[in-house]
Amino acid sequence: MSTSSAGGIKPKHQRLVLIIVALVALIGAGLLAAYALSNQASYFYVPADLVKDPPEQGRAIRLGGMVEKGSLKTRSDGITIDFVVGDGKARVPVRFTGITPDLFVENSGVVAEGRMEGQTFVADNLLAKHDENYVPRQMGDMTPEQAKQVVAETQ
Amino acid sequence: MHGFANPARFLRLARWMMPLLLVSGLLLSMGALIYGMIVVPPDRLMGETVRIMFIHVPAAWLGMAGWSTIAIASIVELVWRHPLAAIAGRAAAVPGATFTAICLATGSIWARPTWGTWWVWDGRLTSFLVLLFLYFGYIALSGAAQRDMAGGGGGNRITAIFGLVGAINIPIINRSVVWWNSLHQPPSITAGKSAIDGTFLWPLLIAAIGFSLIFGGVVIARMRTLLADIQAEARLRRKAMA
Repeated sequence: MSTSSAGGIKPKHQRLVLIIVALVALIGAGLLAAYALSNQASYFYVPADLVKDPPEQGRAIRLGGMVEKGSLKTRSDGITIDFVVGDGKARVPVRFTGITPDLFVENSGVVAEGRMEGQTFVADNLLAKHDENYVPRQMGDMTPEQAKQVVAETQ
Repeated sequence: MHGFANPARFLRLARWMMPLLLVSGLLLSMGALIYGMIVVPPDRLMGETVRIMFIHVPAAWLGMAGWSTIAIASIVELVWRHPLAAIAGRAAAVPGATFTAICLATGSIWARPTWGTWWVWDGRLTSFLVLLFLYFGYIALSGAAQRDMAGGGGGNRITAIFGLVGAINIPIINRSVVWWNSLHQPPSITAGKSAIDGTFLWPLLIAAIGFSLIFGGVVIARMRTLLADIQAEARLRRKAMA
């Protein structure tokens, strides 16, 4: 490797400056691309998006949010459910016929695939969204009998 | 740093580092995984499937740490032309790709019972799949550069540039669940805070340390192999000349 200086700067340092400039440009380009993608790359709309800018009727979209507490009702046919998805700003009623995933419960996240029909979102498929909290089943405030039952249920 | 420019010095260090890292890594990972399988209680919502976390999360970290290793090796190769840099980058690629594949596979198995699907094209899952494809590209490119050593090491520089450009995907993976609505949940562990209960967190961290030690051991083992290959090839070339 040559250590002769070109204009007082070692080639090593020249390369270092070049790499730093290239890295800054690269990160800038990446951030710009990510910013431009910010709407298109989202996996679902939240209820506030649907209320602010309603999509065409019948176009396939995804709706994500929290299943509101107390809103989940099963119809008399036993497999059709109605519930309300909210994000704290807006609420959208949802209808779904079929089998729900295990984690689909009230007060928990959901992503519904389907379309708007009138004011109701008709879902073909439901995906449960897990939040970032990992908590073991609380056994501290249970009686020993209850704790034993929980253990039996989980085995 | 150029003290290690002579591979003999690196090889002396690697000879005892490699078994030390591999054995301690295997012991720690085995301990953490067995503890996670048997002792840890089920999750409030997910039940027993939460145990997949002890493989899935460390594998994800190591998949990303693998490319970070490649990026650092690439800078060292481009700026300082350190003779071990290209070899270190190349050695990190296969274990990094393996951990990335493990992360994708376990994530898919975990997603089926919890989310209700094997795969979705959301920001996190897609950017992580892109990481696996970047690894494939890097492995192919570095292999070609190695076979073309007569070309004067220009191939190593092209490989290093690819490693550096690919590094832009790492912050994208990290931020994907914050920037975009995604099915994958936002980060559980952020600077100084954890939304993971201590019961799950400790075996997770120990498994992560164990996986990292295994990764380090495999990288050193592969560097030794690559150096031996280069030496053998040089010897053959000398014999052919004589």
